[in-house]
Amino acid sequence: MSAETGGVAELKFRDPRRARELTAALARLVEELHRAPVTLMHVCGTHEQAIARFGLRTSLPPGLRVIMGPGCPVCVTDLGEVDEGVALALQGVRIATYGDMVKLPGSSKSLADAQAEGAQIDVVYSATQAVELARVTDEPVVFFASGFETTAVATAAILLSRPPANFSVLSAHKYVPPAMEAVACLPETRVEGFLAAGHAAVITGYGLFEDFARRHRTPVVVAGFEPLDILAALVRLLEMIRDREYGAANAYPRCVTREGNRRAQESLWRVFEAADGPWRGIGVIPGGNLQLRKEWAAMDARRRFRIDVSGLQQAAQSELSRRCLCGKIMVGLVEPTDCPLFGRQCLPESPVGACMVSSEGTCRIWYQYGGRPDLGGTA
Amino acid sequence: MCLGIPGKVIDIDGLQATVDFFGVRRQVRLDVVDEPVALGDYVLNHVGFAIRRIPESEVAETLKLFEELAAAGDDQDLLAADLRAELAATRESKK
Ligand code: SF4
Repeated sequence: MSAETGGVAELKFRDPRRARELTAALARLVEELHRAPVTLMHVCGTHEQAIARFGLRTSLPPGLRVIMGPGCPVCVTDLGEVDEGVALALQGVRIATYGDMVKLPGSSKSLADAQAEGAQIDVVYSATQAVELARVTDEPVVFFASGFETTAVATAAILLSRPPANFSVLSAHKYVPPAMEAVACLPETRVEGFLAAGHAAVITGYGLFEDFARRHRTPVVVAGFEPLDILAALVRLLEMIRDREYGAANAYPRCVTREGNRRAQESLWRVFEAADGPWRGIGVIPGGNLQLRKEWAAMDARRRFRIDVSGLQQAAQSELSRRCLCGKIMVGLVEPTDCPLFGRQCLPESPVGACMVSSEGTCRIWYQYGGRPDLGGTA
Repeated sequence: MCLGIPGKVIDIDGLQATVDFFGVRRQVRLDVVDEPVALGDYVLNHVGFAIRRIPESEVAETLKLFEELAAAGDDQDLLAADLRAELAATRESKK
């Protein structure tokens, strides 16, 4: 039903001629490669939103697949991490968190379920608001923080600016580059090039991807969020694949530089360190989690509280959630429409899996914009 | 959460700036921005923190998509909804 209101009907480029030139270039390049289908992966929910909203997949040549990888921080928040937040909340600790986290299912409960049982959950839009909550009360406030490196920078800045003693952080922050590494190593995925999120690259710089691109012989292009930005970046990626140019390129120069934001990087790594950690549905990603350094133990909810998740994890996972394909979707093996629950038992109002919860989740985006626009009307 | 929204700096008080986003004034922290920020500059905001000063030559290009999204009032539009959430991430100006 959403296919009629979203997707193709709203397809409007500010510069249709330029869009046509770019899509013609894509078709030519795919042909030159002689080995369709060519699969490219982006790792950013905002890219998927733009691709779906502007119906970009309908204008891609048939030999080109653009899939979404692990680009939704809420979706990759592990069951165990949600359990920690839920356990703390049920223990009576006040939890402040970003809105998308509330409905996210844990092993047996979400924060919303805990709230229904009387736990105090506050939705905040920024880390600053979480600190403000702590300032006006004596009770402990835990900021259950999710998001990739760009968002982790905000959490770091808050800790560096001396929050009150009753404030602490439960970090579910994730670091994207190691996840790209994991996907590039999956033999079944066969991703030939990556579009990196313009936004994370504002912080890390595109230079970060040069070594990755060389080692995996997979070019990386940093792309902005406008439909034309994305098409231009895809053209650049295909050119690099054709020319065996295994490096990193910047198709978003107005916001991204090679070095990135040094000051933000310094803050990030003063507070966090990369640690091996589980990504939901994908498994343990070496260096994929951002955990607080030892120096911040006093502000680290994991060290400060005894968090007992055993009760939550013993409860059986529902039959439905065992059938969720999010993990495979996030490494590019299947698409939401391959899931028998998509748009039936699993809906934005009653999500079964994490990919349907967040506005950056692939299932949610496909549902909202009518799935693959070229299948319009089947949703 | 991934969307960085550009806004124009109209007041600075230490590490706190008042920034105008498409007519709405909000407080943004300057703790981690990469370059010194002056009045009239445009910055990218991410969850209440400025993360980049946009070079003057790039400002017009950067504003385009956001202007269109800010104009779209549609609840169903995920990009527009994320934009609103990010704007909300910065606090109201106390004036
Ligand atoms: S539609 Fe729902 S159950 Fe199916 S993969 Fe997506 S989130 Fe999981």
